[in-house]
Amino acid sequence: MSVIGKSEIRKDVRLKVTGKAVYIDDLSFPEMLWVKVVRSPLPHGLIKRFNPSSALAVQGIVSVLTYKDIPGTNVVPIVLMDQPLLAEKVVRYIGEPIALIAGEDRQAIEEGAREIDIEFEKLPPILDPLMAMKEDSPKIYGKDNIFSHHRIRRGNIRQGFEECDLVVENRYTTSYQEHAYIETQGVIAVPYEGRMKIYGSLQCPFYVQHAVSSVLGLPYSQIEVIQTTTGGAFGGKEDVPSLVASQAALVAFHTKRPAKLIYTREEDVESMSKRHPAVIDYKSGVTKEGYLKAVQVKYVLNAGAYSTLSPIVLWRGTVHAVGPYKCPNVKVDSYAVATNTVPCGAFRGFGMPQITFAIESQMDELANRLHIDPIEFRLRNILRKGDRTVTGHLIKESMELEKTLKKASQIGWKREREISNGYKKRGMGIACNYYGVGLGAGGRHLAKAGAWVSVLSDGSVNFAVGTTEMGQGMETVLSQILANELGVKYERVSMVPTATTQVPDSGPTVASRATVMSGNALIKAARPIKKSIMEVASKMLKSPISKVKLADGYATSGTKRIGLDEVIDKCFQQRKIMSSQGWYKAPYTSWNKATGQGKPYFVYSTGTNLAEVEVNTLTGEVTVKRIIAVHDVGKVINPQTAAGQVEGGVLQGIGYALFEDMAPAGGKILNTNFSTYILPTAKDAPEIVSNFIEDPYPQGPFGAKGLGEQPIIGVAPAVINAIFDATGVRIRDLPATPEKIIAELNSHHPTFIPLGRR
Amino acid sequence: MIKVKFKVNTEEREIVTEPTKTLLEILRDDLGLRGTKEGCGKGECGACTVIMDGKPVVSCLVLACQLAGCQITTIEGLSRDGKLDPVQEAFIEEGAVQCGFCTPGMILSAKALLMGNQNPTDEEIKEAISGNLCRCTGYIKIIKAIQKAAKAQRAALAPNTSGGTRKNRDQ
Ligand code: FES
Ligand code: FES
Repeated sequence: MSVIGKSEIRKDVRLKVTGKAVYIDDLSFPEMLWVKVVRSPLPHGLIKRFNPSSALAVQGIVSVLTYKDIPGTNVVPIVLMDQPLLAEKVVRYIGEPIALIAGEDRQAIEEGAREIDIEFEKLPPILDPLMAMKEDSPKIYGKDNIFSHHRIRRGNIRQGFEECDLVVENRYTTSYQEHAYIETQGVIAVPYEGRMKIYGSLQCPFYVQHAVSSVLGLPYSQIEVIQTTTGGAFGGKEDVPSLVASQAALVAFHTKRPAKLIYTREEDVESMSKRHPAVIDYKSGVTKEGYLKAVQVKYVLNAGAYSTLSPIVLWRGTVHAVGPYKCPNVKVDSYAVATNTVPCGAFRGFGMPQITFAIESQMDELANRLHIDPIEFRLRNILRKGDRTVTGHLIKESMELEKTLKKASQIGWKREREISNGYKKRGMGIACNYYGVGLGAGGRHLAKAGAWVSVLSDGSVNFAVGTTEMGQGMETVLSQILANELGVKYERVSMVPTATTQVPDSGPTVASRATVMSGNALIKAARPIKKSIMEVASKMLKSPISKVKLADGYATSGTKRIGLDEVIDKCFQQRKIMSSQGWYKAPYTSWNKATGQGKPYFVYSTGTNLAEVEVNTLTGEVTVKRIIAVHDVGKVINPQTAAGQVEGGVLQGIGYALFEDMAPAGGKILNTNFSTYILPTAKDAPEIVSNFIEDPYPQGPFGAKGLGEQPIIGVAPAVINAIFDATGVRIRDLPATPEKIIAELNSHHPTFIPLGRR
Repeated sequence: MIKVKFKVNTEEREIVTEPTKTLLEILRDDLGLRGTKEGCGKGECGACTVIMDGKPVVSCLVLACQLAGCQITTIEGLSRDGKLDPVQEAFIEEGAVQCGFCTPGMILSAKALLMGNQNPTDEEIKEAISGNLCRCTGYIKIIKAIQKAAKAQRAALAPNTSGGTRKNRDQ
């Protein structure tokens, strides 16, 4: 029986339920120091004086370091190289690191930090991205405060709108979203015979390797990064650990002692990346028959004080700015703008939840105004095989959005909806999305992955990859892929912890790429080994190689079979190749920066979310009753972990839609803990129906595409559309808090009657 | 400094400590029981949940001076001689774990619930774990796992009356 498509027990689960999994804070080393970061209390200012002497006098304080102590370059390298590890003369956001304090214990560093004497001169901050874009605004980055600008030009936008029977134009805004991984950022740097070993909670070991190398001025070969069990990431441990690790490494470098740096929750929320707040001006036009003719978008992200990953987050949002629809005339301009606020970065969905909220709200409004059922309206416009995306990419394979839409509506879209009487109103909403799997043309040089496989003489198997397990289930899914390829039992396969010394630079673990990239690399790594096993098995079974099959721990040929352990033992006696490397390069992608045309991704996953909500029109409270989430991911390797990804993403999406909010005052985030930043609890969990459309993607391992990020993308717009369906109120500013809903319900501007109410 | 005597899992412990040191610090730093996790240090996330005299508590808010004579159960004490508790088994089978950082606290909240309520409804389960934040799973599989553990526990408590156990009210 195939191991693919089976809910095998997670590889890491036993350690996790017994409390034996080792997270970074559970590790310690002899002579280890504790590190604390001294941060800016101002959104914008000059450092006039820095005096560490009274901090150094505190008992137990070993060292205080500033940018002057950086032996390499004072830059955290990622895209634009604009972010210093430690501020030099200017501070640009509240929470920006200025100095590092190292001490013998936690108490000492806390006390030391209080004794640091810094004097600042205040500079006026720019906090609003639209203000920052104005010509006469003070400049904090370049000539125009713009980190990055992307565009799409297709057809003739003016003529396109002229041909429309209906044009709808709105502004959409979104708030920050905090990753809220339950394990905060943490790293231990251990100097070891002239090298630097980094242990940490992280997604992208190779990013960390490059950053630490650049800061310490040591070659990559001298920096070894080992991932520890990681307590959630969601993009929040993509680029940021480069900063945390470089801080710890700098202390270890100077003191020649292991250095541990674990962020407190408050410091983590205040200073670490988040989902970008966005301002989206969206104009779309249709014919009266319900065909999308023209779309014009201006997409602005508040990137914060440094660019970090914003250019690529913005790029992904730009590529998908029209959604999974056909449209002949398109003009998209997008900007990542510098402000004196915390730098935003990668968060599950990567620039897509914001824009998808706008896209799907528009689609809903257009359908409603045209008196067309929202599902029918989408069916008239969605991408199918043979269509071109708005970037001109001809979709030849693996595009099953239509099936997800039909399946979702079949499960739960009822025209005759239960209409609750009185003040509680029920409604249903829908949202579609597509998602380019992998880094695409925006990160082409990183679109590669390595793997190493070693079959041992007792028949057990070890493998290593360059991507990481952070809870999503990669280790399990890759073990299934390898077990299936070699025909060994799933239980016999195990992954060694991801480290930079195991495999070549495999790029980051982001963009739902691990299954496809590492999965394919593993299959390639297994090939020479499989050949050895097949040759030996063929002799043992006295059967031609072409007849031999490997599955479930046996080599079989017709009715003859033999245990693989025996075959493998024989392979070793015959000194066959039983360990090998694999390398996989992503298929071709392209992008024309001037026109936004090309093949930005090699394949897309797609999905449809359907939300059913109940709105209390007296209090404005929204209860999500049910989410139906149907995703086309090629082939599901493990149904249980796949459903787990969907359920987790759905709840993050509900938080994003309804209550996760930050309203910084003067650049200061006020809700830096979980009593004020409200996360969904078990009580907010609705019924979730997850369903998968399986149309194997020919280039994917056993037909799989990526899944991790998709589940969150369409949830908020589906919920918002359901609120509209229930009440006639359309919220265009996320999250849809009770206050906003009540204000809209009480307002008198003309609103539309939801289709279901007519 | 004070001297406190209390029981952790099956062992009597006596430690000398600052009276304001938290149980979380004592468990992790003094006793080396690192299965208990810190997610916020302020009583807001539930990652540090342990069972104290039969009740779930957030150990980051319990101080040394409150510990005298108490019985504490941590995740390390839940399995006996390598045999897992039904709650742990159910979490494994249902796939109720992703990153695992909330898991020890979540399991102990569930355990505390099941010690007092053999047949909880979904609502009662949600209430019992509403102080345990999980950012990964969406809680769905956790709730299922707790139902499964409750069922297993009922079956174990009434070994001779298979089929005679109370019907799960949610089914
Ligand atoms: S660490 Fe105790 S509740 Fe969060
Ligand atoms: S499994 Fe990651 S927080 Fe619950």
